[in-house]
Amino acid sequence: MTPLLEVRDLVKQYPGVRAVDGVSFSIAEGQCFGLLGPNGAGKTTTVEMMEGVTQPTSGQVLYRGEPLGARFREDAGIQFQKTALQDFLTVRETLALFSGLYPRRRAVDELIRTCALEQVADRDNRKLSGGQMQRLLLAIALVNDPRVLFLDEPTTGLDPQARHNFWDLIRSIKAEGRTVLLTTHYMEEAYFLCDVIAIMDRGRVIAEGPPSRLLKEHFDDVVLELPREDFGDGPEGLPVPIVSANDRVEISTGDVEATLRLLLERGVPLRHLRIRPRNLEDLFLELTGRELRT
Amino acid sequence: MFAVWYARNLEFLRDRSTLIFNFLFPLALVIAFALIFGGQPRPIFKVDVIAPPGVALDAGLHPFLGTRYVDFVGIEPAALESTIRKVERHQVDLLLDLRGEPRFWVNEDSPKGYLAERLLLESAAGRVTREPVSGAAVRYVDWLLPGILGMNMMFSCLFGVGYVVVRYRKSGFLRRLSATPVTALEFGTAQVLSRLLLTISVTSLLYAALSLLVPFRNEGSVLLLLLIAVLGALAMISFGFMMAARFASEELANGAINLASWPMMLLSGVWFSLEGAPGWLQAAAKALPLTQMLDAARAVMLDGAGLVGVLPNLAWLLAMALLFLGVAAAGFRWRAD
Repeated sequence: MTPLLEVRDLVKQYPGVRAVDGVSFSIAEGQCFGLLGPNGAGKTTTVEMMEGVTQPTSGQVLYRGEPLGARFREDAGIQFQKTALQDFLTVRETLALFSGLYPRRRAVDELIRTCALEQVADRDNRKLSGGQMQRLLLAIALVNDPRVLFLDEPTTGLDPQARHNFWDLIRSIKAEGRTVLLTTHYMEEAYFLCDVIAIMDRGRVIAEGPPSRLLKEHFDDVVLELPREDFGDGPEGLPVPIVSANDRVEISTGDVEATLRLLLERGVPLRHLRIRPRNLEDLFLELTGRELRT
Repeated sequence: MFAVWYARNLEFLRDRSTLIFNFLFPLALVIAFALIFGGQPRPIFKVDVIAPPGVALDAGLHPFLGTRYVDFVGIEPAALESTIRKVERHQVDLLLDLRGEPRFWVNEDSPKGYLAERLLLESAAGRVTREPVSGAAVRYVDWLLPGILGMNMMFSCLFGVGYVVVRYRKSGFLRRLSATPVTALEFGTAQVLSRLLLTISVTSLLYAALSLLVPFRNEGSVLLLLLIAVLGALAMISFGFMMAARFASEELANGAINLASWPMMLLSGVWFSLEGAPGWLQAAAKALPLTQMLDAARAVMLDGAGLVGVLPNLAWLLAMALLFLGVAAAGFRWRAD
């Protein structure tokens, strides 16, 4: 079966920097695909090439097996990372403006209900809170009843309530059978929403697959967390792999009992011990490195 | 205080576009005025002459033609009627027909006509026939009014649409639109038509208010004037849209639009007629949309021209509107970077 969206050897060269360096993947219909990576990894550039907003230097983007064309623009719903809207328009008028640009459209009232914008429908769009603005941008992305939805870091900067609220919205959109491409910094978000993720770094895809499979492939251990002061003269002399040693020391282990015995023998109190499974954040840091990018 | 003074000077020096325009404008202004008013001392009287075919306009034909500081212009016999109208308007001081026995037309209400007549009678030995006409001069206000309204329209057209489009591009709104099925031509046409509605409404209101406050001359049809204003505004808004088709900085767009609007201010005949300017400059001025609009509006308001009379101007304005819009759409940039 032809994938809904396919990316082949996509390259974007900017003067002095190769933002995207040979990226290939495909997205099946109805899938939620997550694109993860540190800042500057090339996520947004990749997504914009897939949206047809940026021209690739080389490589191809195929929608239903064909290069992007009029059909794609009618089928795609797009939420940019940052979008300025026209000033002096209310939420309702803004939605009417965008829906007027498409041949196939959803009723504005229905969009307002779907995205929980009833209370601000007649408010100037410059006077919305962060969460309301993201819901309006999502509603704009939905005006043409899209088959495929692009969401570029839709929850960056939102508070936890607004974020969870947004996730519920995306899940309901997914349940309607729409395909979603999501970029995010939040591993929790990717884990919660995505069927498949691809992790990008320095313009390349360095891992791809369902989140649970990726975790299983890369980790067969759990993490023990203890505060540093509980170690007395520091954890460095212990014969165990240490993942991170800041205020909280993280020890990776495949044999929890043996490691705990070792810690008890060394007189480390276990009162503050936390044991957690490996998560996407560990995977992300493992694959992209822990040092700060400049 | 010194720090602020120093920083402001640095800012000014580094903002290239502003710097250039600050130097360029006065320079362009001086050059334009030099071209229009420079050269020979300006003649004091303007006399149109119909000579027998193949004869040069000099003192040999008639002693009066040797007078200095009189601008003698040879005209075709066919232009007799229209030139008599110019005499009635005080636009020509004297009309002299030297085919056969000399005849001349003079406006009895014109001071310059009176003096030119004295000069003619002084120089001529033989008989001349006097054909008196009368009529009020076209007041400067009647002539200026279309110019002022047109200039106001020009600024509204050029800056109104230009600034908005550049701001949309800078803010990323255009980038968002580029992901929808809307085309540059559709977007541009919508912007132009929206501005057109505004400009025409404002100008109509101004026209109505002025006709109450300063009764002015309008010999022609108001509807025809409206048509001229619509097509003129269309051409100028499209021009503004074309200027804004690529820029992503308001300063740069501002400079470019200013650069385009100043020649129109000076050369399109807003304040003064270009009749005394070199031919090539007049020809260049004809290419400007404001010139075409003002020529047509004045032909209607001062001479009572009909649709047929201003058709070439209207066609030119429409062609320019389509050209500008097409060029803008072809080179339109949705993104700021």
